[in-house]
Amino acid sequence: MQTKIKAKLVDAAGFSRTITRIAHEIIERNRGTERLGLVGMQTRGVFIARRVAEKIREIENREVPVGVLDATLYRDDYRTSLRQPQVQQTEIGFDLYDLNVVLVDDVLYTGRTVRAALEAIMDHGRPKRVQLAVMVDRGHRELPIKPDFIGKNVPTSMNEEVQVHMTEVDQEDAIYLVEVEK
Amino acid sequence: MSLLSQKHMLGLADYSAAEIQTILDTSLQMRDILNRPVKKVPTLRGVTVVNLFLENSTRTRTSFELAEKRLSADTLNFSASGSALAKGETMLDTALNIEAMKVDVVVMRHKSPGSPHFLARHLESIIINAGDGRHEHPTQGLLDMMTLRDKYGSLKGLRVALVGDILHSRVAMSNIIGLKKMGAEVIVCGPSTLLPRGIERMGVEITNSLDEAIRRADALNILRIQLERQTAGLFPSLREYHKYFGVTRARLEQASAPLTILHPGPMNRGVEITSDVADSEHSVILQQVTNGVAVRMAVLYLLAGGRAEPSA
Repeated sequence: MQTKIKAKLVDAAGFSRTITRIAHEIIERNRGTERLGLVGMQTRGVFIARRVAEKIREIENREVPVGVLDATLYRDDYRTSLRQPQVQQTEIGFDLYDLNVVLVDDVLYTGRTVRAALEAIMDHGRPKRVQLAVMVDRGHRELPIKPDFIGKNVPTSMNEEVQVHMTEVDQEDAIYLVEVEK
Repeated sequence: MSLLSQKHMLGLADYSAAEIQTILDTSLQMRDILNRPVKKVPTLRGVTVVNLFLENSTRTRTSFELAEKRLSADTLNFSASGSALAKGETMLDTALNIEAMKVDVVVMRHKSPGSPHFLARHLESIIINAGDGRHEHPTQGLLDMMTLRDKYGSLKGLRVALVGDILHSRVAMSNIIGLKKMGAEVIVCGPSTLLPRGIERMGVEITNSLDEAIRRADALNILRIQLERQTAGLFPSLREYHKYFGVTRARLEQASAPLTILHPGPMNRGVEITSDVADSEHSVILQQVTNGVAVRMAVLYLLAGGRAEPSA
């Protein structure tokens, strides 16, 4: 399987502005940061969640707790894919009960990972409300899931892929549209 | 690409260091599930596991059963007594009958070495060895390694002494194989009658002196003395065994740094281990039990998931 970069959709400056906007939207929608918690989905969702939390602190001067979630054990495709994915760490160091939880992921596609994440969150406690923040919504939903906070809407075809790069694990902050040649 | 190249878990001998590492890493995540409010994940929903225990075991069977339930598998227990085996059915027929009921995984314990390998040749199901005679007990080896890794961070260069009945111990075999692969040094210590001939070919050091083992090791894995062995004349009396190979607080005080104490259970307090050692702050015996469930969850997850044909 080969990939070819088709376009750079967002550069580092744009990435930072998007994080800032999402942070503002989260504060606005939740009327502040009272009883708010962020849960980032492994791997890049975690870094996005941390950056959003950092931004919220700059704006509101308040700490918002950030948890880490790996939904691998809740996936619905473990019997259809030959590959058994490595289970990564889940660590939600705060009580979810009655909290407004914002689930954070990099790319929203079929919605199946979000479904798995919702089930995992419910096993950790009963939040008051769960909202969804994504850096990119690329369409092609297979489940009735709709994000509350969207960095960028990117219409894609099935043989395209959206890659979010972040300095924590990649060379730069950027979003690329990539063509997958099968 | 699967994370493990094996279909079954028959023994740690078949597994590479990288695969053992993967299992131990996955076990850590599994252990986190045991500390949550809802101690269950839906991962193996729809997978049926039969625990075929043809030799008595409460601890290992309970641990496997709990691991299966934590992963939402359906479980079925099958023991030798009260089964058709008692009526003279062969083991293969019993297993084929169970498989005909469409089970996905067979966790097996049997007194004969190689019996899980035999089933693996004849059954389509995934076979997990839960102890075959004196051959291997791979998940025990894994849980011991997990417990040591918790304590020391890495197994590389760690010196672990196995004390007691090495000859009849599948726990010892799986520990030696696993620890050597992970770069640890292994010392075996016991009376000559309980050390298998040729054990040095496994790359272990041998000693008949418990004091020497204590001086040289970072951790002691104290094996259970099977009381029935005494009648076989392999050691004169429990009292004499205790005198030479019983781990006591006084003996442990010779060590320059405190040794970590492991025991696979069930313990004979006052024979191979005294209560003040078993209950001391350096004993990790109960952590071993918790880790046992986590390790078995990891093995089940890694072997029983992702086995169907690819959809695309």
